[in-house]
Amino acid sequence: MVHKKFIIVCGGESCSGKSSLQIYDNINKELVAGGFRDEIQVVKGGCLGFCGEGPLVKIIPDETLYVGVKSGDAEEIVNSHIKKGKEVSRLLYDRKKSTRNVRLPGTDFYQKQFRIILRNCGVIDPENINEYIARDGYTGLEKALFEMTPDDIIEELKVSGLRGRGGAGFPTWMKWDFTKKENSDVKYIVCNADEGDPGAYMNRSTIEGDPHSIIEAMIIGGYTVGANEGYIYIRAEYPIAIQRLEMAIQKARNYGLLGKDILGSSFDFDIELRLGAGAYVCGEETALLASIEGSRGMPRPRPPFPATKGLWGKPTVINNTETWANIPVILTKGGKWFASIGTETSKGTKVFALTGKVNNSGLVEVPLGTTLREVIFDIGGGIKDGKKFKAAQSGGPSGGVIPEEYLDVPIDFESLKKLGAIMGSGGLIIMDEDDCMIDIAKFYMQFAVDESCGKCSPCRIGGKQLLETLELISKGKGNMEHMTSLKRISEAMQKASLCGLGQNTPNPVLSTMKYFEDEYIEHIKDKKCHSGSCKSLLSYVIDPEKCIGCGLCAMKCPVNCISGEKRKPYTINQIECIKCGSCYEVCKFSAVIME
Amino acid sequence: MEKFNLKTLQAFRAGEKKKFKNKEVQDLTTILVGMGTCGKAAGAAETLRAFSDLVKKSGFKNIEIKQTGCMGSCYAEPTVEVWSPGMPDTLYGRVTPAVAGRIMETHVMQKQLLSDYVYDKPAIDILE
Repeated sequence: MVHKKFIIVCGGESCSGKSSLQIYDNINKELVAGGFRDEIQVVKGGCLGFCGEGPLVKIIPDETLYVGVKSGDAEEIVNSHIKKGKEVSRLLYDRKKSTRNVRLPGTDFYQKQFRIILRNCGVIDPENINEYIARDGYTGLEKALFEMTPDDIIEELKVSGLRGRGGAGFPTWMKWDFTKKENSDVKYIVCNADEGDPGAYMNRSTIEGDPHSIIEAMIIGGYTVGANEGYIYIRAEYPIAIQRLEMAIQKARNYGLLGKDILGSSFDFDIELRLGAGAYVCGEETALLASIEGSRGMPRPRPPFPATKGLWGKPTVINNTETWANIPVILTKGGKWFASIGTETSKGTKVFALTGKVNNSGLVEVPLGTTLREVIFDIGGGIKDGKKFKAAQSGGPSGGVIPEEYLDVPIDFESLKKLGAIMGSGGLIIMDEDDCMIDIAKFYMQFAVDESCGKCSPCRIGGKQLLETLELISKGKGNMEHMTSLKRISEAMQKASLCGLGQNTPNPVLSTMKYFEDEYIEHIKDKKCHSGSCKSLLSYVIDPEKCIGCGLCAMKCPVNCISGEKRKPYTINQIECIKCGSCYEVCKFSAVIME
Repeated sequence: MEKFNLKTLQAFRAGEKKKFKNKEVQDLTTILVGMGTCGKAAGAAETLRAFSDLVKKSGFKNIEIKQTGCMGSCYAEPTVEVWSPGMPDTLYGRVTPAVAGRIMETHVMQKQLLSDYVYDKPAIDILE
């Protein structure tokens, strides 16, 4: 029995709550009644994303997506779509409703994501070079070596509008052009795979899923700027990615794609791996280069930029993993094609690692210009447990938070910068109403203090001062002058720090202060943390109305500060309480309240 | 092996293209298990082993089990994609070894989708 069509009814949490199971049953009945049981199968699916528009019904292979379906619509779907082959237009997702101002080549049905960087991830066996080759792998290299001059390639990159995906968004063609124009006997190509932002794993997944795309891109880069050696600087904490890269490099050598006289073109290029030693600052390009040279990973002032004086003082192109992964596609499909995706100033796509309090966490690639709302609610399926969205943290420790009122801003390099966050490498952490913004700022500040290399004083001392001030505020010992000093220290760090790490360290503090000033004031003036994250500002009290006097809380209290008589309301001694929350957790009658 | 030059690589690619994802012509079912760090952490290696064991035990021909990278749906790991003749390419999530058995039975043998575990494919393939 072969089914010609399949009807998928979303069985995700949100849709099930809106009676999608009834829809499933009704469609099933209609199919039986219409005699379609042998041709059409209806199934319950996992969450299809897009939860705000549910319940969802998708018909494949037609790729029709029906939204807001009610159980009474089953008959019309079967009668019209299945029987007459006519879509039920009133249930179709109206594409015009989408706020996205991005164009997608070659798609006329609704697509949540668009995959350029992740084109092979989840499709090929990353340990089998033949599959990469079968998927047009190394055709970009062929084109570069045999049909294009280095200037042609730079022109193609210029047309494509590709900008560095490491965070700052510098035009890639310009970087390459600087290095190409340098007169030097030796030049280098470097791939930055030292992904260190908390919650970010875009580079790891790209390399694990498609290592050859990086290798191919680096050979193209070498040919363009006149370099014969490349280094991939990758975190030692990524064992699978390292193993697959090593395997890929070896196979590429065996096939004559790396080494001497590549494909008979008389161009030589080879790649070596360098494992990072676990310091966050080594993701900064000058520190990374120092680390490859065997020195301590510390940044140095720029200029000179690596493009002119990089590895061992030689001109060096250093790009992020994600930037490299775009290069082969730009050559095979053309810069024009690439430039047709995205916004005016930011072309192509961006991979985000969507994590935090979101239902469907995952690796997401969307055209630039997509809004945060689409990423979080249409793809991410909204906030966990039906809670309220509070903010999204973009760009890791160098980034900032984006509050709800800016959810509809199209994501690109400029818009995020304007909001006080940055695109960064692509970590996107979603926070809900239970998250305290002072706590979040503290977390990133602790990270920055741990990871500051200590070379320049604004970063070394400033970060520590910011952290200590935040700690005072979270303990209820803050005053309004602290707000001014947080701002002053932050501004000094931005101006005077040596590298991007120090300059951007204050961003989490500044952006939380900008958008959640009320919350700071609440901590300082009212000595309250309404999310309950700042333990010192909390007090646990027992509601005498609810307490039945079972004594369980007193038994569990590790400091014996709860007292009372059996069958009468107990009380907590606030002076001795260490706010561990044990009483709150054990009370079966919700009589312990957090205040 | 001998190293490729432009011509031999292009000829080799043409041959590989015929072999890759050509399920109808080859009458071949391919089961891809997402084996990135995230997938492995969620038990993808056990899932992969379960599929291999099932194939060995049942003596199925025309079926290959392969590993692949991250499919992006971290919330539904381990994830598996099935390419089977006469069936749409299908993404399955939360595929434990037990679910693997049901996929073999329902999807591969009976040519039906396995309810409750079907997920939406996130994007079109730009290379197809």
